[in-house]
Amino acid sequence: MQIPHPCAVAVVEPLNQNIYSMVVSAPHLATELQPGQFVDIKCGDSNLLRRPISVCDCGEGKMRFVFQQKGRGTIWLARRKTGDRLDVLGPLGHGFDLSKAGSRPFFIGGGIGVPPMLYAMKRAAGGEVQPTAILGFRNHLSVILEKEFTESCETVVMTDDGSYGRQGTVADALLERIAEATAIYCCGPRPMLKAVAAIALEKRVFCQVSLEERMGCGVGACLVCACALRDEKNGATRYGHVCKDGPVFSAEEVQW
Amino acid sequence: MVKQMDLSVDFCGVTLKNPITTASGTFGFGHEYAEFFDLSVLGGVSVKGLTPAPRMGNPPPRIAETPLGILNCVGLENPGIDRFIAEEIPFLRQYDTALIANVSGNTVEEYCGMVEKISDADVDLIEMNISCPNVKCGGMAFGTQPQMVTEVVSAAKRLAKKPLIVKLSPNVTDIAEIARAAVDAGADALSLINTLLGMHIDVETRKPVLSNIMGGLSGPAVLPVAVRMVYQVRQAVSVPILGMGGIRTGKDVVEMLLAGADAVAVGTATLADPWASVRALEELKIFMKEHGIGSVRELSGAVEVAVSI
Repeated sequence: MQIPHPCAVAVVEPLNQNIYSMVVSAPHLATELQPGQFVDIKCGDSNLLRRPISVCDCGEGKMRFVFQQKGRGTIWLARRKTGDRLDVLGPLGHGFDLSKAGSRPFFIGGGIGVPPMLYAMKRAAGGEVQPTAILGFRNHLSVILEKEFTESCETVVMTDDGSYGRQGTVADALLERIAEATAIYCCGPRPMLKAVAAIALEKRVFCQVSLEERMGCGVGACLVCACALRDEKNGATRYGHVCKDGPVFSAEEVQW
Repeated sequence: MVKQMDLSVDFCGVTLKNPITTASGTFGFGHEYAEFFDLSVLGGVSVKGLTPAPRMGNPPPRIAETPLGILNCVGLENPGIDRFIAEEIPFLRQYDTALIANVSGNTVEEYCGMVEKISDADVDLIEMNISCPNVKCGGMAFGTQPQMVTEVVSAAKRLAKKPLIVKLSPNVTDIAEIARAAVDAGADALSLINTLLGMHIDVETRKPVLSNIMGGLSGPAVLPVAVRMVYQVRQAVSVPILGMGGIRTGKDVVEMLLAGADAVAVGTATLADPWASVRALEELKIFMKEHGIGSVRELSGAVEVAVSI
């Protein structure tokens, strides 16, 4: 049975001009959350719908999420102070299947799709499993979480304009390394996901992508967050729902 | 001695243990919210709108947030009535709550087929949706012209073996006229309001946010419109009314009852808070206790208006 989670804000800090990192105390959620799952946060009384936010890191009774201040809801969220209480629903959705990671999984994130890959990578790392992260950003100003990734795995940073790391896309970097990859986990803008999925499909590497769509209830009842999937049996298009069936889908089943 | 508070209502012969139900389209077939609370606490559950064949619905984006409301254009995505009967009714019947089957069609014949088929299934009430704004054929087209209402309701009523609720569209000039047409054609009850047709434009891209350009507005923003229309319909007809549109709190429930509803449905509020319907019920009980109201039925239509319109 799902229960309400009142979470106290521990730390809020900007990572750059419009991206914020928030750590909240969440004793129950922190133990239940699987990488790739999300939480749905009530953002004040004047914003009707909750905001779905993916989890960037989790542990020791705390949960961290990194979000972009974009509209009224996330602006409200960014203005919270230490000690404020948040009304949080979760864990929601289906996360990454890390049992298929193999020994050399690649964790690929683009822009605001980078944060959820951190928790996934950290949960996969250890023992025989040596992950690689490929992170893509627009330019040097938008690079986030590099330190956290490099602490746990080999990390390649790509920027569109070459102002930081290497110039190019995450797909460029993946192509150079694809022979090593035992699995690919990916979150980011759709064109990026599509490019990564195409490489994975061609090279027959297990690949999961985390999709985004405008959500309503976040639990699968209202059916607004439809995404086009390929029917396994006949290849016809059918709609899945990002909040309940996803947000993580097999790259093969997405109708790109 | 404290008298037991009576929350039950008689809704065209079906006893609802309390006047709180869920609005069609906001509650799926109950599976998701059964993870949040025991559905047996509710007076009734109205399920996602059903059609003769499975429907994919409209492409995304299907939702836009607006001031204290949402616009949606789901477009009646559903697995079709046969799968509902085979798979969903047994699930919902585990709970002690009235089951309201919401049905739609593209033609009079389809509505009739739906009503005939669902009449033989294990449901308590049939809610005939002649007001969906998000489908090209049927839907709202039936609910906005009195002669169409008469035609489709009278045809369906002949085949209905369960009480027939007709769900009305607010996108009309005179809701009372539509309500009278539905009741004269045999509607056992009315539910209102469905969503208000609306539109949202992204000023940066200059494009409509919804894939279907327009969508249905719901949420707290529409409550006053819903209360007004329930009030007008109450003046016009005497069948039971299931009032809905923007209900979020216990006081909203009371307001809707006072306007003339016999029972209510909580819809969009559930999307924001899975426990919204349960909370509204608890708040209703508190209101009744604080105001010394013994039976919830005392509230129905009890608005005090100096001069009736």
